[in-house]
Amino acid sequence: MTTRMPAVDVVLVGFGWTAAILAQELTEAGLEVLALERGGWRDTPTHFPPTFAPDELRYYWRHEMFQETALETQTFRNNANQTALPIRRWGSYLPGIGVGGAGVHWNGQTFRFLPSDFLAKSHNEERYGTLPEDMTVQDYPVTYDELEPHFDRFDKLCGISGRAGNLRGQTQEGGNPFEGWRSDEYPNPPMEMTFSQDRFEASARNMGLNPFPAPSANLSRAYTNPLGLQLAPCSYCGFCEKFGCGNYSKSSPQTTIIPVLMKKPNFTLRTYCDVLHVDKDRDGTRATGVTYIDVHGQLHEQPAQIVILCGYQLSNTRLMMLSGIGEIYDPRTGEGQVGKNYAYQVMSGVDIFFENEYTNQFAGAGALGMVVDDYNGDNFDHSGLGFIGGAYIASWTTNARPIESHAVPEGTPEWGSAWKRAVKDNFLKSNSLSVHGASMAYRQNYLDLDPTYRDRYGRPLMRMTYDFTANDRSLSEYITPIAADLARGMGGREIKVNNLGVPYDIKPYQTTHNTGGTIMGATPADSVVNRYLQSWDLHNVFVMGAGAFPQNAGYNPTSTVAALTYWSAQAIRDQYLRDPGPLVQA
Amino acid sequence: MRSLTLTAAVFGLLAPVAVAQELVLSQIERGRYLTTAANCAGCHTDHANDGPPFGGGYALETPFGAIVSPNITFDHATGIGSWSPDDFWAALHEGVRKDGAQLYPAMPYPYFTRMPREDVDAIYDYLSTIEPVTAEIVPEADLPAVLRIRAAVRGWNLLHFDQGVFTPDPDRSPEWNRGAYLVQGPLHCGGCHTGKNLLGGDQANEYLRGGMLENWHAPSIRGGANGGIAHWSAGEIVTFLKAGRNRHTGAMSRMGEVVALSTQHLTDDDLVAIATYLLSLDDEERAPAEGASEPRTAAGAAIYFDNCAACHKTDGSGVPHMFAVLDGSNKLNADDPTTVIRIILEGAQARPTAARPTPFSMPAYHWKLDDDEIADLVSYLRSAWSNRAGPVSSADVADLRELLLK
Repeated sequence: MTTRMPAVDVVLVGFGWTAAILAQELTEAGLEVLALERGGWRDTPTHFPPTFAPDELRYYWRHEMFQETALETQTFRNNANQTALPIRRWGSYLPGIGVGGAGVHWNGQTFRFLPSDFLAKSHNEERYGTLPEDMTVQDYPVTYDELEPHFDRFDKLCGISGRAGNLRGQTQEGGNPFEGWRSDEYPNPPMEMTFSQDRFEASARNMGLNPFPAPSANLSRAYTNPLGLQLAPCSYCGFCEKFGCGNYSKSSPQTTIIPVLMKKPNFTLRTYCDVLHVDKDRDGTRATGVTYIDVHGQLHEQPAQIVILCGYQLSNTRLMMLSGIGEIYDPRTGEGQVGKNYAYQVMSGVDIFFENEYTNQFAGAGALGMVVDDYNGDNFDHSGLGFIGGAYIASWTTNARPIESHAVPEGTPEWGSAWKRAVKDNFLKSNSLSVHGASMAYRQNYLDLDPTYRDRYGRPLMRMTYDFTANDRSLSEYITPIAADLARGMGGREIKVNNLGVPYDIKPYQTTHNTGGTIMGATPADSVVNRYLQSWDLHNVFVMGAGAFPQNAGYNPTSTVAALTYWSAQAIRDQYLRDPGPLVQA
Repeated sequence: MRSLTLTAAVFGLLAPVAVAQELVLSQIERGRYLTTAANCAGCHTDHANDGPPFGGGYALETPFGAIVSPNITFDHATGIGSWSPDDFWAALHEGVRKDGAQLYPAMPYPYFTRMPREDVDAIYDYLSTIEPVTAEIVPEADLPAVLRIRAAVRGWNLLHFDQGVFTPDPDRSPEWNRGAYLVQGPLHCGGCHTGKNLLGGDQANEYLRGGMLENWHAPSIRGGANGGIAHWSAGEIVTFLKAGRNRHTGAMSRMGEVVALSTQHLTDDDLVAIATYLLSLDDEERAPAEGASEPRTAAGAAIYFDNCAACHKTDGSGVPHMFAVLDGSNKLNADDPTTVIRIILEGAQARPTAARPTPFSMPAYHWKLDDDEIADLVSYLRSAWSNRAGPVSSADVADLRELLLK
């Protein structure tokens, strides 16, 4: 039996970064907002206080903050000729669950996409000619200039620590000279750098590159955000990604929004409520709400005027498919949009081993690093290179967590006494450069519903069909050697290059930057949502998150996801509430 | 002329009513303010169980047993709906209930007696506007037999109850007098911060020098020379009472509740007055206590560095407005180490206020540090930096652990 719940103005599906931002914005506009989160309540003192937050076994190895694959997972294959199998232990990426979402256990690397990243098709075609036919990249239907105020709001919400490189068009010494213009300086100065960053910076300058301190959501100093919430200075404990911050030093929904939100009479959060599908009216022109199942197995119908999908990119895409909103993409015909343009991130790296100098990586933070952007986006001439997009190269000092991080030199056995000796010798004397590359969308990489495997409710799992592409390989083959040169310039004893693993392997962790599937675009023929993240099919459904990215840039996605959320919230407040209907005429 | 006459006539009819209404409203507003200042809701609302405002039912732990607060809404059967303003005055001024029974001094009438009749009447008028609720009849307090006889309280009163309205000191500024009135009267700060004798009465020579209540040691809040908060400025006292945290520390547990329910809602003028008064209270110079022995402080320092320094900093300087400054802390320097040991054992949460909505928390260490380790740590902290208080023993920690975590 389904219980019909009292109607609300807005229902948010999932309660991470995007939902917290929307809840704040839309309750501010006087709306009655309900968030449904399938995981549990989480907060600093109860779930990750400093007394046990740094527990690598519990959080990293046993995945305490991630979805349980026994309850829901994806199936995976590299290409359409293979049969996809379910992922039974997360590997390449780690989808989160629970209040705050991945915003609780992210590293805090908070880059904005470049202006040209929003024009991936037109900009590159103008400069380099027609793109390959099976490369399905497209321009964002929103520009950097339009998003700038929203990027700025997120920077201030979080108290991002960094140094501007482009202040209202004026290049700033020591910042990233390639970045889009910023209306304001970062709210906080950069973090304290360590030995590795100093060496990296010197090496980059020797090579004529432009190093800059990474923008960080780990706080360089005490900060009070515009909502009055306080963040403490980071203690460089080295437990960020995959961990909650016990010291109130990492921006998360918990530290920047939720305490204010929970006090509002027009906001409600229900945890352990798993949304099964979006409900539609009889003619299929609007959503009437959502149906969810609670922890007791009880079904609930939740009527709402506006339905906003705020889950992870993979969850949102699947929920669109299971709800029958839009048409599922078919790579053979190119028809259908939901699941199209799934993209990822092209990762490689270089380890550096020092002989007598200590890097002491245990004193680190998720976004403590120096970066060069000279080979990112279209910051360099791609003529004749056979690829578009680029990567940042960074010297991060994020951690020296012993279960996860123990780089050893080339030629070290993978186990046994020689391996142990190498770990011991190098544990305090190594650093890694990260090459964090863009991922262009291709016709053959996509998401759809699996024909065989189902979840505990009998609904099809989502199937991922993905492999690295010609563009990815060329990009990585061009930029990884540059990172190796940078590494050699840091003065270590030796380096070890970790190339992009081809074909794409779902098992080793790479990054949780999954994008596409509910992409934004200029027309219903090329996208799932319009420039305001509004569904082309049901005008009162909005879809947040990196699913909107038509392709992925060479940066971490959080800041762009947040800016798009603020942008969408503004459109809902200023336009949609006044005149509910499509905000862009198809 | 005709219209003018008419207007006058209308005024003549309506004006007294309007004035009366205005008076009532301002009287109720005054009552609401004083009710907040006195934090009546702190005890007379059962916050833990989402009880109705002023409906009673909150169990206050005293050294003599739990006392359940009564319903003070104007319900006739179970509240104070049948009380006249005179009855209410007798309760607050003399500690005598309408039926003639003595109130237990858990009801802070020894402080409320300083309030003048017009302030007490204002509280009465305000409470009369609260939605009356029917409460369960409160059972007689679960007290030892000798104290269960309310008549015994009469004897207590003879010893400890100095009845009488606050009299301003003509040699002091109006601001100082306002602060003294608030602190001694409605705010009843001494209820926690003044040392008590064995019968629970204020010790005259311990005024605001720190006291024990419900297994918390409320620190000295004397702000003059040698006082517990002598290093606080007036502005810092105001900020603490307004925002719940200042450069030195944050309000947690009971004081967190007081700030959240009461002091954050007071006017800045009143908070400044309170600060002015507290800063005038000097204390005797205390001989620095002998610190702990070297091996214990060395162990304590190591425990501190591993467990505490990330937030409180290696030099005890904390993070102002977030994590307490330990160097010079009035809690660490108190003779009685209970609060410090308790916060380490149980952890504590800062109460969010309008000005500072982040609910910062100190985590619990009872499962992580044993009695010896906590004793070493506290002994170290009490003698580190500028702190000059004596060591604590493992037995001190064990006793409190037993009491709190049994």
